[in-house]
Amino acid sequence: MRKEKFPIGIPGVNLREIEREVPVTEPPAWPINDKLKHVGKSVKRTDAILKVTGKAKYTADINLPGMLQGRMLRSPHPSAKILSIDTSAAEAFPGVKAVYVLRSNMSGAEPKGGEDNGYPEIKYAGQAIAGVAAKDGQTAEEALKLIKVEYQTMPFVVDMDEAREPGAPLVFEQQVEQEETGGGGGGAKGLEQQGNVRGPSTKSFFGGPRGDVEQGMAEADVIVEGIFRTQVQTHSALETHGIVADWKPDMLTVYASTQSTKGVRSEMASIFDLPESKVRVICEYMGGGFGAKYGAGNFGVTAVNLSKISGQPVKLMLDRKAEHLAVGNRPNSWQELKIGAKKDGTLTAIKQESYGTAGIGLGAGVGRVAQAVYECPNFLTEQYDVFTNAGPGAAFRAPGNPQGAFALEQLIDELAEKLGTDALELRDKIDNSVVRKEERRLAAKAINWSRRKKPGSDTGVIKRGIGVAQSTWPRLIDIDSTAEVRMYRDGTVEIRSGVMDIGTGTRTILSQIVAEELGLEPEQISVKIGDTLFPNGPASGGSKVSGSITPAARNAAYKAKQEILKQAAPKMEEKAADLELKDGMIVSKTSGKTMSFKDALKQMRTSQIMTSASREDDYGGFMVGTFISHGDLGSVQMAEVSVNTETGFVKVEKIVAAHSCGRPLNPMQIQSQVNGGVIQGISYALYEDRVMDKNTGHMLNANLDQYKIAFSMEIPDIEVINIEEYTARSSTDAFGIAEPANIATAAAVANAIYNAIGVRLYELPMTPDKVLKALNLV
Amino acid sequence: MKKFTWVQPDNIDEAQRQINAVTATIATGKTIQGAAVIKAGGVDLLDLMKENIIAPAKIVSINALPGLGKIGFDEKSGLRIGALVKLSDLEENAEIKKHYAALHESVSHAATPQIRNMATLGGNLAQRPRCWYFRSEDHKCLKKGGTKCFAQEGQNQIHGIFNTEICPCVHSSSVSTALVAFGAQVEITGAKGKLRNVPLAEFFVSPQVDVTRENILERGEIITALTVPAPPKGQKSWYIKQAAKESYDWALADAAVVAQMSGDTIKDVKIVLGAAAPTPYRATAAEQLLRGQKVSEKLAVQVGTAAVEGATPLAHNAYKVPMFKAIVKECVLNLV
Repeated sequence: MRKEKFPIGIPGVNLREIEREVPVTEPPAWPINDKLKHVGKSVKRTDAILKVTGKAKYTADINLPGMLQGRMLRSPHPSAKILSIDTSAAEAFPGVKAVYVLRSNMSGAEPKGGEDNGYPEIKYAGQAIAGVAAKDGQTAEEALKLIKVEYQTMPFVVDMDEAREPGAPLVFEQQVEQEETGGGGGGAKGLEQQGNVRGPSTKSFFGGPRGDVEQGMAEADVIVEGIFRTQVQTHSALETHGIVADWKPDMLTVYASTQSTKGVRSEMASIFDLPESKVRVICEYMGGGFGAKYGAGNFGVTAVNLSKISGQPVKLMLDRKAEHLAVGNRPNSWQELKIGAKKDGTLTAIKQESYGTAGIGLGAGVGRVAQAVYECPNFLTEQYDVFTNAGPGAAFRAPGNPQGAFALEQLIDELAEKLGTDALELRDKIDNSVVRKEERRLAAKAINWSRRKKPGSDTGVIKRGIGVAQSTWPRLIDIDSTAEVRMYRDGTVEIRSGVMDIGTGTRTILSQIVAEELGLEPEQISVKIGDTLFPNGPASGGSKVSGSITPAARNAAYKAKQEILKQAAPKMEEKAADLELKDGMIVSKTSGKTMSFKDALKQMRTSQIMTSASREDDYGGFMVGTFISHGDLGSVQMAEVSVNTETGFVKVEKIVAAHSCGRPLNPMQIQSQVNGGVIQGISYALYEDRVMDKNTGHMLNANLDQYKIAFSMEIPDIEVINIEEYTARSSTDAFGIAEPANIATAAAVANAIYNAIGVRLYELPMTPDKVLKALNLV
Repeated sequence: MKKFTWVQPDNIDEAQRQINAVTATIATGKTIQGAAVIKAGGVDLLDLMKENIIAPAKIVSINALPGLGKIGFDEKSGLRIGALVKLSDLEENAEIKKHYAALHESVSHAATPQIRNMATLGGNLAQRPRCWYFRSEDHKCLKKGGTKCFAQEGQNQIHGIFNTEICPCVHSSSVSTALVAFGAQVEITGAKGKLRNVPLAEFFVSPQVDVTRENILERGEIITALTVPAPPKGQKSWYIKQAAKESYDWALADAAVVAQMSGDTIKDVKIVLGAAAPTPYRATAAEQLLRGQKVSEKLAVQVGTAAVEGATPLAHNAYKVPMFKAIVKECVLNLV
């Protein structure tokens, strides 16, 4: 270990230096961004041209010799026992090469194994049953209709309120579990299960209840409370789930649209009883995932089996209907929230109770926004999962958090109003975060907060309003993140890692990091990612890619640099320690002597140098375990809306989104990602809603026609403010932005609507119907 | 989607010889050997096929039929629009914008620019409803020859508020809302070139007449044109569509008002509501209030209220009542 001085804090606010111990294998501290050449600059996306010209190959674009097309049979019933399946007619259908019947259900809560006859029980309409591979898609589709399934239909329940009632049809008759993930999926082990209700969960990775809530409420001068509801949102990534499976005796290769190449590899290896060394997973380009694209999936297992049976590669892409029904969603919520405070605003207690349904899965909590954003000595949360006969929920961009923020931030607003305090002033008092304080200041300036009027005070039919909401997100790290840097004798440099680029620009930031370290230009760095033949990278979830892989990338580049300098030193008659890399040259800090980087590479002992590095522990250690850094990713968003008080139509006019993600690596890419988060947040606030029919158990809008998503006209003016915040915890000090970008938007829009019309909306999405009801016009 | 064959005849007789089914018939599950259906822009047809509502054996494209792609306007005889005219052509037509403002508004708010580039006027009039039960292969509703309307007891937030007893589907052509208000006529060509001209209002069929279809088209009949009377002196019109979103969405409520004005006074007027009933809905009581009157804010509010008189909203769509009031009021105020 050696000691290094790092920048820490926010430039212009509290920037200072801190000394940390650093492993000797790691590079010296970087200064703040304005002293760096490539990092912190809006470097153009390295794959932008490939993407817009269609040359980038996504999973659906992969075509292998002899490849078959796969299709899946899904249940038309929301609840049934399968008595028998006869596939003989489908198998005999001309052009069909393989038929496979699933023997277990890969998603949702356990137990999910087969029944006595070997078929898993049907627990939702759209559940995967079998797959067919044929010479073309139409043949496969026609063959699916020839599979004879004998069902014994059973009672079902798709509505959460009805599922909570005693005597409701039971989705699971036995105690079930689903492993908890850092990103918010699954649930704590062994919680009580009564009827369809499981819980309460009272703890998170950050701890459980604090203090005594009842006493805190008793000490309060003011109490605000409310019941809030949020809807089910489906992920609706542009690219659907899909896979190309190629089973060969010596190696299984799968091309998958996935957020974790290594996760698919280990799951496939375990399911098919293969050593991990004989499974290769490739995801070169990806069209989004938002949390729903982990693991092998029912479709993946089916495709691999079809390839194994037929001996030919099989492509199996899901259609939009299956996307909505079967591969993930953001659970809904019913939340009762109560906050007590002193006259001066000091919070005395927060009490939260929630129910949510992730269909046949777990993980319908409302996150830790209420627990973590504000200082409050007494806190209690009880979060229940409710099973329904619907597709399993999945992690979705800050699981639980947009739900939780919708309730918390509206009540904080109500509290401010009751106390006669400005909504920002109250937050200044009760929020300890230095970052959010600065974000509030900058966002308030950008949206011109001082012009905000009293709620509902606009005259006329169309009323305008401004609102604010805040969020927090942990700095998650995956230490199983490794990068390899290669220098070749022809002067080229390459970085390799199994990490994918989910669409956020991972390729580009890796080229920036390596270029910065080696004194080269980003376009000189070849980035090879998304393949398990490369060292394991992090999964693209939890906003952890930047914080996990960029320190490894920099450290690997630093090691390669040490090696090339060591080899060049004798040729330059210099000591390696005196040499540095700058603008494509090796330069002696003492004599000023130079040698071009290319010449140095030409004279390498071997034709290539390969170095690798993994994500080491944070400097000074982690906050929790080996996966959560100190601090948080705080954000403040402000919304301006107009509301037509006669039609109930809400239009978002402007969003100001102030965010922090440690050391910003590429401001333009951060802006893009925040734009995406805000748009998705507006879509959640006003439009998206999975509509289920209680009587038939089917989703009614499993398309993009009636499942409404924000399109061009729904996108407001978005102003992104990005704060530089240094914490001196790794060699890049960078973190992600994906999830924070999405959490506060709906809550900010809700507060803006209240400010516009003077009536609060307690339920998402905030459609004309709900606005008109709130205004007593219905 | 099931395999199908494709033909594109270049004359109407041949097209009619090839066509042997209307989509409404095959959607009920009735088997027609080698069912061959008409396709114009293909917007609705392709959706129905993808949704497994119909699986025709043959598609008869009428895009090569001559003479159906023109818009003609004459101040005396009015407007004649060929059935294959694209919505985007209507949107760009200067005369329509000048003389038939409500039609221009309705067309330019339909679907998306990309869909308007493909969608024909004839296809728009003949499209099937967007009721999610009708569009779901998992629900065999009345419209598909079933015995039950699932919307009555189910999710009916997008459904109608008038004439809801049998099937509360609303017609999804918002262009029709404006066209009915202008008193448009449909020209239908039957076998052997036999023409019939029908007022657009009578082109649509209510569930009481036949729940499985929305219009009077018989097998082999093709919409060839739509005519709109010449604009009388002092004609003013407006149209408003209210949807959940401003881009790519179906109307939750839309309204067209076409008036003949003399100064500020309304001599005659038609008010039509879309997304309100199984067919475009004439708000005659509201019209009566306006005739012979000068437009004022107060009167406009009364007209809005009169427009929804007698509405029978369902469990989840009562919000449409104030919404219609608001947009009818706005349309009326827009006349002056």
